[in-house]
Amino acid sequence: MFKRIFWPVFILAVGTGLAYFAYSDYRPLKLGLDLRGGSHLVYEADVSLLASPADIDPAMQSLRTVIERRINALGVAEPVIQVETVGLNADAKHRLIVELPGVTDLGQARETIQATPVLEFRAERPEGAEKEAIIAEIKKVQDALAKGEAPDDIDPELISQDPYFVPTELTGRFLNSARVEFGQQALSPSISLEFNTDGAALFAQLTKENLGKRIGIYLDGVNISAPVVQSEITDGRAEITGQFTLEEAKALARDLNLGALPVPVTLVSTQTIGATLGEEALNRGVRAGVIGFVAVIIFMILWYRLPGIVAGVALAFYVALVLSIFKLIGVTLTAAGIAGLILSLGIALDANVLIFERLKEERRRGRVVRDAAIEGFTRAWTAIRDSNLSGIISSLILYWFGTSLIKGFAVTLSVGIVISLFTATTITRTLLLSLYK
Amino acid sequence: MFIIKYRAVFFLLSVLLVAGSIVALVALGLRLSPDFTGGVIMEVEYPAARPAIEQVRQQIVATDLAGISVQELGERGLLLRTKELTDDQHRALLSTLAVDKVAPLEKRFSSIGPAVGRELKQRGLTAIAIVVALIILYITWAFRGVSRPVQSWKYGLIAIVALLHDITIPTGVFALLSHFYGVEADALFLTALLTILALSVNDTIVVFDRIRERLRGSSGANFPELVGRSLDETIVRSINTSLTVILVLLAIFFFGSQSTKYFSLILAIGMIVGTYSSIFIASPLLVVWEKFSRRVK
Repeated sequence: MFKRIFWPVFILAVGTGLAYFAYSDYRPLKLGLDLRGGSHLVYEADVSLLASPADIDPAMQSLRTVIERRINALGVAEPVIQVETVGLNADAKHRLIVELPGVTDLGQARETIQATPVLEFRAERPEGAEKEAIIAEIKKVQDALAKGEAPDDIDPELISQDPYFVPTELTGRFLNSARVEFGQQALSPSISLEFNTDGAALFAQLTKENLGKRIGIYLDGVNISAPVVQSEITDGRAEITGQFTLEEAKALARDLNLGALPVPVTLVSTQTIGATLGEEALNRGVRAGVIGFVAVIIFMILWYRLPGIVAGVALAFYVALVLSIFKLIGVTLTAAGIAGLILSLGIALDANVLIFERLKEERRRGRVVRDAAIEGFTRAWTAIRDSNLSGIISSLILYWFGTSLIKGFAVTLSVGIVISLFTATTITRTLLLSLYK
Repeated sequence: MFIIKYRAVFFLLSVLLVAGSIVALVALGLRLSPDFTGGVIMEVEYPAARPAIEQVRQQIVATDLAGISVQELGERGLLLRTKELTDDQHRALLSTLAVDKVAPLEKRFSSIGPAVGRELKQRGLTAIAIVVALIILYITWAFRGVSRPVQSWKYGLIAIVALLHDITIPTGVFALLSHFYGVEADALFLTALLTILALSVNDTIVVFDRIRERLRGSSGANFPELVGRSLDETIVRSINTSLTVILVLLAIFFFGSQSTKYFSLILAIGMIVGTYSSIFIASPLLVVWEKFSRRVK
C-alpha cells in the first residue's frame, strides 16, 4: 500500500519541480535568432594564400579572436562566433559564422567586422605646446567627468589624439611574420618581427630617428607595447621584449600576424530577422504547442479513459523534463528545433499508445488487469525500442551532415527520443502499475 | 485479413498517387526558395497603410535597381526579392520604399550566396541517402532472428519502399502548392521531409515488430494470414498515433506562426500517407514477396 502511494506522489512531486525549473528564469532557455530577432552572417575565408594546410586552423582561430574582440567593442549581448569547415581537404571551405542577437541594423556591424585589423608603429610625440594642449584637454574632460559634470567646449581635434605618440608610415602591411621566441638569457619570451623590404627600410629610418626613445605598437588603435629603441635596425628584423608570459607573447604574435592579414574574408550570406517577427513566431509556436498538447491529452482520455490520464501525466512530465534538460545542456531553440520537439512529443505519445493497446489486448485474452499491464509493457518494448533506435540513428546522421538549421532539429529530436524512452518505460509504467494493484 | 485480400486495390491507389506526384513534380517543378538557390529576400511592414503596389514598382524602376520583384504580404507588408543586393543598394531600396520620408520597418532580410544554397541542397540530399541506407542495415539487423519465410533484409528494403512512397506524395502535393499558391520549398520543407522519413520508418517498424513476434515459434506456414492478423492488431495503434500527431500539426497549422504553416501541412500529409503505407503497402508487400519467392522455388 505504501509503495502504491509513494511512487505516484514522488513522480508528481519531481514533475512539479521540473516544471517549475523549466518555467523559472534560472538559466533561461536560449532562443535562436529566428525566434528572438537578430542577424546571422557567414563569412568565407580565402585560405589559398596560406603556405601550408597546417596554418589554416591557427589562422582561423586568430581570425575568430579578432572578430570577437571587434564585436565585443560593439556592445552586442551574447554574440556567437564560430569557425565552420565544410567539405574535406583541398575542397574544404573555411567559414566564420557570426550571430548577433538583437542586431537588425547590419550596416555598422558589417563595417566593424570587415574593417582590416590595423597594426601601426608610432613614434614618440615630441615635447612641446601640442603635446601639452592634448594632455590638458584630456585632463579637462576627466576632471569634469569626475565631478559628474558634462564637459563643455571640447576641441574634438585635440581630444581624439594620442598625446604620447604620432603615427608613422610603418604599418602591418609591411610585416612578413611575427613569432614567439625565447632569448638565450631572457627568462620571458619575446616576439620577433620580420618586415618585408619596404618595411625594413621604413623601420631602419624609424629606429635611426628615434634612438633611445620609445616606439608605440598599436593594434586597432590600442597600444599593445612600447619598447625602447636600443640601436638602429637595418635588417628588417625587430624584437619586442617585455615582461610577457608565454600566453601573452603567443597572443601578441598572433595579433601581429593578423595585422599582416593572413586570411581575407568575404561575406557570403546574411540573414536578419526583425525582433517583432521573431517574437511573433515564438508566441505563435508556443500557443500552437499548448493547444496541440491539450487536444492530444483530451483525445487520449476520451479514448483510453483512466490510462489516458496516466498518459497525460507522463506527457506533462516528459515536456517538463525535456525543457529542463534543454536548459541544462544549453540547447538553442529554433523554429526547426520546436518542430523536432513537437515531433518527439508524438513519438513519446506513441510509446504510450503502444503500451495501452497491448494492455487492452491482453485483457481481452482474459488476463487480470495487473498482469495485462505487465505483459503489455514487455510486449510493447521491442516495438518501442526498434522504432526509437531507428529514429535516433536518423537524427544522429542528420546532426552529422546537416547545416545549422538541420542540426537544431536533430538535437531536439534525438534528446526528445531518448527521454521519451525513459518516461514511457518508467513514468507510465509506475503510474499504471500503482493504479492496477 | 481484409487488407491482405484486397491489397491490389490499395497498391493501385498508392501507385496512382505516387505517379501523380511524380508527374506534378516533373511538369510543374518545385519552386525553390533562396535557401537553396541563393538570392535576396526582404520583408517590410508599413506602420500605417501600404502604398499601392504599382506605385512601389514604378518607384523602384525609376531608380537604377533592376530585377526586383515586389509582392504584397499580409495587411501592411511587402515582400521583395532579387538576385543580389550590395549594402548601398540595400539602403537605396529602403529609402525608395519610404512613404513621406518614413522608411517601413524591415522585418526580415536574407541574402544567401549561391554556394551556400547549393550546399544546403546537396547536404540535405546526402543526409537523406545515408539515413535510408543505415535504416535498411538496422532493420536487417533488428529482424535477423526472422529469416523464414522472408529474409530480414527484405523487411529493410520494403521499409525503404514505404519511405520513398511517403516522401514522394507530400513532395508532389508541394509541387501543386508551389504552382497554384506560389509556395516556396525552403529549408523548413527539407526539415519536413526529414521528419516524415523518421516517422514513416517508425510506423513501419511497429507493424513489422508484430509480424516478427507472431513468427516466433511459428513455422510461418500461413504467412498471409499471419500478416493479416498482425495488421488487425496494430491498426488501432497506428491510427491513434497518427491522429494524435495530426492533432498537434493542425494546432500548428491554425495557430502557429506563418513560417511553419506549410511545414505542418506537409507533415500532416506525410503522416497520413505514412500510416497508410505501413498498413496497406509495407505489410502486404511482404506477403507478395513471400508468394513470389515460393513460386520461383
